[in-house]
Amino acid sequence: MSVQDKVIEIIAEQAVLEPGDVTMDSTLEDLGIDSLGLVESIFAIEEEFDISVPFNANDPSESDFDISNVQSIIAGIEKLIADQKD
Amino acid sequence: MYRVVITGAGSVNALGHDVPDTLEAMREGRCGIGALDFQDVERLSIQIGGQVRGFEAEGRYNRQQMSLYDRFTQFTLAAAKEAIEQSGLTFSGDEAAKSGVVLGTAGGGVSTWDANYRSVYEEGKNRVHPFVVPKLMNNAAASHVSMEHNLKGPSFTVSTACASSNHAMAQAFQMVRSGMAPAMITGGSESMLCFGGVKAWEGLRVMSKDVCRPFSANRNGMVQGEGAGIFVFEEYEHARKRGADILCEVIGFAMSSDASDIVMPSKNGAARAMAGALADAKVNRDQVGYINAHGTGTAANDKSECAAVADVFGPHADKLMISSTKSMHGHLIGGTGAVELLACIMALRDGIIAPTIGYEKPDPECALDVVPNDAREAKVDVVLSNAFAFGGMNAVLALARV
Repeated sequence: MSVQDKVIEIIAEQAVLEPGDVTMDSTLEDLGIDSLGLVESIFAIEEEFDISVPFNANDPSESDFDISNVQSIIAGIEKLIADQKD
Repeated sequence: MYRVVITGAGSVNALGHDVPDTLEAMREGRCGIGALDFQDVERLSIQIGGQVRGFEAEGRYNRQQMSLYDRFTQFTLAAAKEAIEQSGLTFSGDEAAKSGVVLGTAGGGVSTWDANYRSVYEEGKNRVHPFVVPKLMNNAAASHVSMEHNLKGPSFTVSTACASSNHAMAQAFQMVRSGMAPAMITGGSESMLCFGGVKAWEGLRVMSKDVCRPFSANRNGMVQGEGAGIFVFEEYEHARKRGADILCEVIGFAMSSDASDIVMPSKNGAARAMAGALADAKVNRDQVGYINAHGTGTAANDKSECAAVADVFGPHADKLMISSTKSMHGHLIGGTGAVELLACIMALRDGIIAPTIGYEKPDPECALDVVPNDAREAKVDVVLSNAFAFGGMNAVLALARV
């Protein structure tokens, strides 16, 4: 399964949706994922890909991780996987 | 209804091992937050906290006591000794039978859980010390205070996360105010600064990696602390007759529940608790000179707390002072309201308002007088102490100068 498919699966599970209902331009708000849901999703992503996501819930916009939509989240994770591979 | 006064105070926290040292640090705006020091700290992403340093249990407590006293109990007993000695009270006969201990803690003996899980899971041991349970139970600290000081009345422990000690003190206040007890020992303590304790908090992603700067636009989260704050709440005539030194009066309280979200605070719940405390104390909002804020340094708390203050106080919100001493001693979770009550006593008794340190940049959503960085001299008559917990449980105390 590709990174993209796996992330969509994680996000869909959090949003209680089918993966097919999660589109690349969906925002977390569109999907009904609140701050608690976001922190849980990030945890699931970190566990899945064995990476560390720089995310501070106090100020998501200051974190070095773009959560504006599903596409940006996937891009961020792909970059983290590449950067943290050793 | 009886009047209730505070006749003794004790504390151990990152700023000092007693009340005078703590108040001196608050006056000077000193920061007690620094690098954490305990086993496996290098595996944490959060490595700072308001850790109590140089508090050696050895020498203070004997071998038998050590096997029963978790660190949260050790802090409690030291603070209770200071408070009760200051009050001059000794408990015997009918007074002892009516006076009790109500304390707050969120986690109880967290480091005892942590150390023993480590021993059975990581080290593979199959046997633990026989006193693990009485050492880690949440009511251990209250029990040991009752035993140490012969307090035979109503005693129990309240656990409402970050509002635990305010809920506990509100309960003790009610018991003295109603005539149920001539005096109550109350406050709270916490000691979660161990690997498991901090690791659990890390998961929420609301902790700062460097500094706690409540209300400052560039704040980036909360910082944990540890310690205890313990007080003697006494019926006013009882205190006056024996010529006790009265530190201040407790004049009211209110509790409320947000009933909305398990972690996100609600402006309305906080506002109802503050307004309720004013109504219970029968004071007007313009009499309040200072609020010791919950002020965790998280975006969620600070914005909603300031909005709630603006709602409750209207135009007077711009005239009162509000500071968060968590910037200095960290967030003591279940013990935090108790240590913060010291700043309220200092404001009323000494006319010195503890600052919010680490403040760098105004936040338009927290546009109140947060007493940035330097303590201030000011005569105040009535103060509030706020505590708003995860789970949406709020408790606010109102105190007055005597």
